[in-house]
Amino acid sequence: MGELKLMKGNEALAEAAIRYGADAYFGYPITPQSEVIEYLSEQNPYERTGMVVLQAESEVAAINMIYAAGAAGKRVMTSSSSPGISLKQEGITYIAGAEIPCVYADVVRGGPGLGTIQPSQADYFQACKGGGHGDYHQIVLAPASVQEMADFVALGFDLAFQYRIATCILSDGAIGQMMEKVVLPDQKPRMTEEEIKAKYPWATTGRKRGTPHRIITSLDLDSNRMEQHNRHLQEKYKEIAEKETRFEEIQCDDAEYVIVAYGSSARIAQKTIQLGRAEGMKIGLLRPITLWPFPTKAIEALIAKGVKGFLSLELSCGQMIEDVKLACNGRAKAEHFGRVGGIIHTPEEVLEAMKKQIIGE
Amino acid sequence: MTEEIIIAGFGGQGVLSMGKILAYSGIMQDKEVSWMPSYGPEMRGGTANVTVIVSDERVCSPILNAFDTAVILNQQSLDKFESKVKPGGYLLYDPNGITHNPTRKDIHIYSIEGAQLASDMGNAKVFNMIILGAFLKIRPIIDNKNVEEGLRHSLPERAHKLIPLNMQAVQVGMDNVKEA
Repeated sequence: MGELKLMKGNEALAEAAIRYGADAYFGYPITPQSEVIEYLSEQNPYERTGMVVLQAESEVAAINMIYAAGAAGKRVMTSSSSPGISLKQEGITYIAGAEIPCVYADVVRGGPGLGTIQPSQADYFQACKGGGHGDYHQIVLAPASVQEMADFVALGFDLAFQYRIATCILSDGAIGQMMEKVVLPDQKPRMTEEEIKAKYPWATTGRKRGTPHRIITSLDLDSNRMEQHNRHLQEKYKEIAEKETRFEEIQCDDAEYVIVAYGSSARIAQKTIQLGRAEGMKIGLLRPITLWPFPTKAIEALIAKGVKGFLSLELSCGQMIEDVKLACNGRAKAEHFGRVGGIIHTPEEVLEAMKKQIIGE
Repeated sequence: MTEEIIIAGFGGQGVLSMGKILAYSGIMQDKEVSWMPSYGPEMRGGTANVTVIVSDERVCSPILNAFDTAVILNQQSLDKFESKVKPGGYLLYDPNGITHNPTRKDIHIYSIEGAQLASDMGNAKVFNMIILGAFLKIRPIIDNKNVEEGLRHSLPERAHKLIPLNMQAVQVGMDNVKEA
């Protein structure tokens, strides 16, 4: 079962897409995620599984290729880094409106603008609060290891097709560039045309004479229908929030204070917890795995168990802290700490922040 | 056992690939590993460094500020990382090109004439394997047979004929490292 390898996060993501039986990858290179398309080009998966890999002429073209192929029921993925993801936002909101399943990875770098090629977590708002226009959400998965970069491809596709929604794999330059041990799943076959037709009655797989049109669009000029469509989307989001919220708790059982962190910050926080526990501090880590839906109930449960304060640790000037504060709702202290501009906080300075901002001396 | 290592030198010295071979060798010995290349503003100016962690437990932070062992291959890296070795830790360096020797008294300091020994072997490319051998002599965290397995996994098949030469370089490093 599975194959053990040492890989970069970006490579693991790419290999996992091939092994999941993805039909196509459309992308455009940008640091720090260029290894995704480099690895796919080198592997030539068309020979392995028939998977198409295409470097589009731009990010805008790539996301619209995703729109079209996803509408036909194909398993398609794209990836980029922050400035490229900004370019894709129009396509992403159209995908949300038209309910097209797809997976896209954002290996976040520092902004705003072209910013820096170094890691950042400053695109939390963009991914979780709607980078495009309209009332929409997408599932946002935050891998904290190379293994999860691989695992979340399969999870992302499964969720995307179950709910007809986009899944964003939100990582960062550190997770994309680092190498770790990864157990790769066995190769799955791609779905056949017949299987797609049988499984996805909404997919535009070609109309036979006398059968109704299948229309995939985000446009409806009838306001009543459009309101209904929006209500339907909100119902779907509510169901996802109820059923698909994922998180991990580390050393939270006896914790008085908890760091809330995802992705690379969650890894650094684990070291901080080791250092703090060695000093006798009762601290733990809540790691959101889904950033949307956010694990609000997990924070509520920790407060009910007696946690007095939360430190939202992010490589940003403070974004996830808003969701942490909403979850706390005044019942516990919540503060933000994070380095930006491509600088990564050290476990030691996080511990200092914990002492100063949350525990108090 | 957890060994947190920084390997630092110039780009082109094989710093990143030495780290990769070390990480792969760790996997062969059933360890948890991480390999995090310098991926910050510090990489400007031609220096390259990589943090490698080899552990019996799940690796927490792949990004660190203090190390059990620093493997130092140029002056800039010595200036930057000598102070980041944990008290009681290890510093291994190649004196070639070093103008100010390490001065700390609370750590174990070793030297290896890697550049000279590689030149004596007639192959500058084995430099990083000599350094790896020296490291494994002072920090015997991985058996030689697993280093060989690690090489087999990290090198492309066409380079497998060079494995004996690389293992010979590891041995040269082990035989020539000395306390500074």
